[in-house]
Amino acid sequence: MSDVRIITGNEAAALAVKLAEPGVIAAYPITPQTKLAEVLSEYVESGELEAEYIRVESEHSSLTVCISASTVGARVFTATSANGLLYMHEQLHWAAGSRLPVVMCCVNRGVGAPWSIFNDHQDSFSQRDTGWIQLYCRDNQDILDTIIQAYRIAEEVYIPVMVCYDGFILSHTMMPVEIPDAGMVKKFLPPYKPHTTLSPDDPKTINSVFFATRRENSEGILCDGYMDMRHKLQTAFEKSGKVIKNASREWAAMTGRDHGGLIWEYMTEDAELILTGMGSIATEATLAADALRDEGIRAGVVGIRAYRPFPKEEVVQAFKKATAIAVFEKCISYGYEGGVCSDLKAAFYGTDIKTPIHDYIVGLGGRDVKTGEIVDAARTTLESIRAGKTGNKTIWLNCYTG
Amino acid sequence: MENRDTNISGVCTPDIGEAGLTGEWRDERPVIDSTKCIPERKGKPACFLCWLYCPEGVVSMTIPVEIDLDYCKGCGICAEECPPGAIKMVKEVDIDE
Repeated sequence: MSDVRIITGNEAAALAVKLAEPGVIAAYPITPQTKLAEVLSEYVESGELEAEYIRVESEHSSLTVCISASTVGARVFTATSANGLLYMHEQLHWAAGSRLPVVMCCVNRGVGAPWSIFNDHQDSFSQRDTGWIQLYCRDNQDILDTIIQAYRIAEEVYIPVMVCYDGFILSHTMMPVEIPDAGMVKKFLPPYKPHTTLSPDDPKTINSVFFATRRENSEGILCDGYMDMRHKLQTAFEKSGKVIKNASREWAAMTGRDHGGLIWEYMTEDAELILTGMGSIATEATLAADALRDEGIRAGVVGIRAYRPFPKEEVVQAFKKATAIAVFEKCISYGYEGGVCSDLKAAFYGTDIKTPIHDYIVGLGGRDVKTGEIVDAARTTLESIRAGKTGNKTIWLNCYTG
Repeated sequence: MENRDTNISGVCTPDIGEAGLTGEWRDERPVIDSTKCIPERKGKPACFLCWLYCPEGVVSMTIPVEIDLDYCKGCGICAEECPPGAIKMVKEVDIDE
């Protein structure tokens, strides 16, 4: 019989981590991630999870602990939000550059200043170029399943994975979540095999200074320089899309739950108007699509699950028949536009897709965005494009712009 | 065929020469005047401050004192520390090989 529990996103995340059996956990509490760090500490304290829970004085240290433990062969976990993630910034690069399969949850929250504890995506969006895979979850079940998949992905391509989910909207909201059987998770997730292990029996120096040029080492092997190492990371990213899709497909075959590999689609088959976004806003857009269909507008939704690697080929396929595109996103690259919008345009460049894109910046710092408001915005986009207005636009929804 | 580096992270073996011939970085070379060098003059182990202070560990504790120029980066610390001033830093361009 299946084990379905009504739990919050943070509790779903903690259960997933327990099932993945990390050897080391280091997390520093921050709203809205706190409950996740707390529940994990309770699992360790009660003996339900045999892991070392290392207490630290900051997020920079929590990720450093994970990096060190991963280097010596432990499966690791950490989690944070907002300014905590920004404090990790240097170590995010360090984990990716060392090709360590660290898995982290970013419980998405607006970044100060001014302080906000509420949800948007500016925190993880700001860390886009640190060399981490970023996966965005649409609901609490997706959080649980994605964390388990994240270990599988990270340990196959040796790239750290950030599992992002919306603060409060998911982290503190209760939903029914099916808990997979521990034996099945073990079957899906083979033990972590480190690419290099630090041991006194075989001493190694790691991450010393790498120069612009390649160099011959003591055994006469021409070793990569800094730029070649970076190219290896990019090559691994190019292969990671396939690995993410495979993990998703295999998990779906075992559990019957398919959250999409790199993207997921809702009624896009005949859609003239496509709404898109990452995380829970894309889930909400499916309700908006239903309402638009009731009005006679053929609307559909594309949810971006993988933001890095960006699913270039998948979005071209998914959007090729749309006559109007409305992006709803909770982040902005100041001085330009939302990140998803820019990346979609870049993916479409040179293809037959010339569809105008309206970029709605929504929900910053937890500003409410109701389904009806998404419906109105998407309808306005379609009507304006139908009226022959072909320009792209950025619109701040529900914002008093004066 | 070229022997490819298969490491995906920056891993090195702690060994002499692992980072290449770092002596190539040098633009000044330490040259020892054996008439002033204390162990050479006394003919017995003594002083060796150059050996003690060398941050690269390329100075030998022998008579005569020898410096491994494959890895000496030319920092000049040995010359600075040598009590009798037996070590002079000479520009590489002025060395007559």
